[in-house]
Amino acid sequence: MSRRLKLLVYGVLLICCVPFVFPTWWMATTSLKPVNEIFAFPPRLLPQDVTFDAYRQVFALQPFGQQYLNSLYIAVLVTLGTLVVSSLAGYAFARIPFRGSGVVFVVVLAGLLVPNEVTIIPLYRMFDGLGLVNTHWPLILIPMLGAPSVLATFIMRQFFITLPRELEEAGRVDGLGRFGLFWQVSLPLAKPAIGAVSIFTFLHSWNLFLEPIVFLSSKDKFTIPQALTQYVDAYGGALWNVQLAAATLSALPVLVIFVLAQRQFVEGLAQTGLKG
Amino acid sequence: MTLLASKPAAAPARAPERAPYWTMRRRDELAGWLMVTPQLAGIVAFVIVPLGLVVWYSLHEWNVLAGTFDFVGGANYEQLTSDPRLGPALQATGLFSVGLVVLNLSLALFLAVLLNQKLRGTVVFRTLFFSPVVVTLVAWTIVWGFLLQDNGGVNGFLQQLGIDGPNWLRGESTAMISVIVVQLFKGVGLNMVLFLAALQGVPAELYEAARIDGASAWARFRRVTVPLISPTILLTSILTVVGSLQVFAQIAVLTQGGPGTSTTVLVYYLYQQAFQFHHFGYGATISLLLFVIVLALTVLQWRMRRRWVFHES
Repeated sequence: MSRRLKLLVYGVLLICCVPFVFPTWWMATTSLKPVNEIFAFPPRLLPQDVTFDAYRQVFALQPFGQQYLNSLYIAVLVTLGTLVVSSLAGYAFARIPFRGSGVVFVVVLAGLLVPNEVTIIPLYRMFDGLGLVNTHWPLILIPMLGAPSVLATFIMRQFFITLPRELEEAGRVDGLGRFGLFWQVSLPLAKPAIGAVSIFTFLHSWNLFLEPIVFLSSKDKFTIPQALTQYVDAYGGALWNVQLAAATLSALPVLVIFVLAQRQFVEGLAQTGLKG
Repeated sequence: MTLLASKPAAAPARAPERAPYWTMRRRDELAGWLMVTPQLAGIVAFVIVPLGLVVWYSLHEWNVLAGTFDFVGGANYEQLTSDPRLGPALQATGLFSVGLVVLNLSLALFLAVLLNQKLRGTVVFRTLFFSPVVVTLVAWTIVWGFLLQDNGGVNGFLQQLGIDGPNWLRGESTAMISVIVVQLFKGVGLNMVLFLAALQGVPAELYEAARIDGASAWARFRRVTVPLISPTILLTSILTVVGSLQVFAQIAVLTQGGPGTSTTVLVYYLYQQAFQFHHFGYGATISLLLFVIVLALTVLQWRMRRRWVFHES
């Protein structure tokens, strides 16, 4: 590749970066600006006077610590639960020739075609009937067992299919049963698939918005996405610096983990069943 | 006597021939069913049964506040066909989906091709392009909402270039463009990564052979790259189309469906009818329409794959 072409490619890449990177930068820096500076003209890339006032308000106006913990523990439980459900089912679909597996697989895959938005009304009624509205149960159980877990099962299945037969035959000779083969032979090899499923399950739960606003009504039960939109003044206008401070708090930890582990993140997602 | 004596003698002789009930096959059957049970039960409880209930509810007039639940047959469907707000909602959904899918897939492929060049630092760029995928969706939406205010960052920078920017979220067409753009940059990194993995699987010899045959860069892209990564294009387009029909948080945070009804997509309309106006029966009817659209588009794309998706075999 010629030098000029290289420079051109770098130039295009740099320009393309702006809409991907600038919003995050703007979110973090604006959250540190005093209120009179956030709409300053011309826009300032860095705050002139750094203040943590917005961060104090984040915790003063809402139980944000509690809400943060809610989001975190729900996402962790959903991720762990999804891993159990999807690795078991994915393994069975890939490696066990049990009767009816074809039919069951089609029934499960149907979950991919039914977005949660379609079933939100009956799901609301069902959890209402069980007295579980305004608890975290629907946010844990639905993603873990319902439609969102199907993609995870599919990825697991695609991965387990690629494992060579000989591995399990060797395990059989050593006297392992099905669960032994699953637990001791196949699952330890499935780390890339487990990684990919964990990442997107966690993010899916962390981002959930429609379900929390339908199911939750008291502030101490809220999750982060829902809480972010609640920082408004008496007229419903956004308290921008407070919203952006809370947004930064919600985004930064995940971003830092992502940058540290970006290889596993990106390659894990790209190289598992999603390859198609 | 001999006859009687021979009987007990024969029994132990036959016993080893009878296979134990729990053969490996039977154990596998049981293990398979046990392993899929949680997932199957979940799908039945949280997808199949609710889907049936959606149909059932759609045949009822159900006002939650008034506590009424009356069978009305096809009345909700008649209401749907004559609903003056349905047309605009379908139009907004169509605009959003087409705009997002076209922009997303082309930008993702463009970036993936750039990153697939043998250049230093592509990992850094890949990380930057992917980073919005891991930013909390509502956080991302809020920053963009802030940037797109009339006196916000986007117009501030435009003004420095001497351009008087519009009030993005308050104009009908600019509001739609805004929600598309916000979602585009949020999610394009994921498709880009999938494309990049597919591009890296294209054998270098093929490009070499095409080059020797005198194929231009565009011809190599069109005739070699696109056919070989077409399975990934199919997968990403199905995922992106279905995802685009589910857009909710961005609309709820940025525009609340406005101005007017210009960004009231089907999911947002469904949410309004069911959870703001408390018309669960009519909401269920809209849900069903959404389901039919998702189903039809997915089946259509899957059917069309024979026309253009390349298989190595």
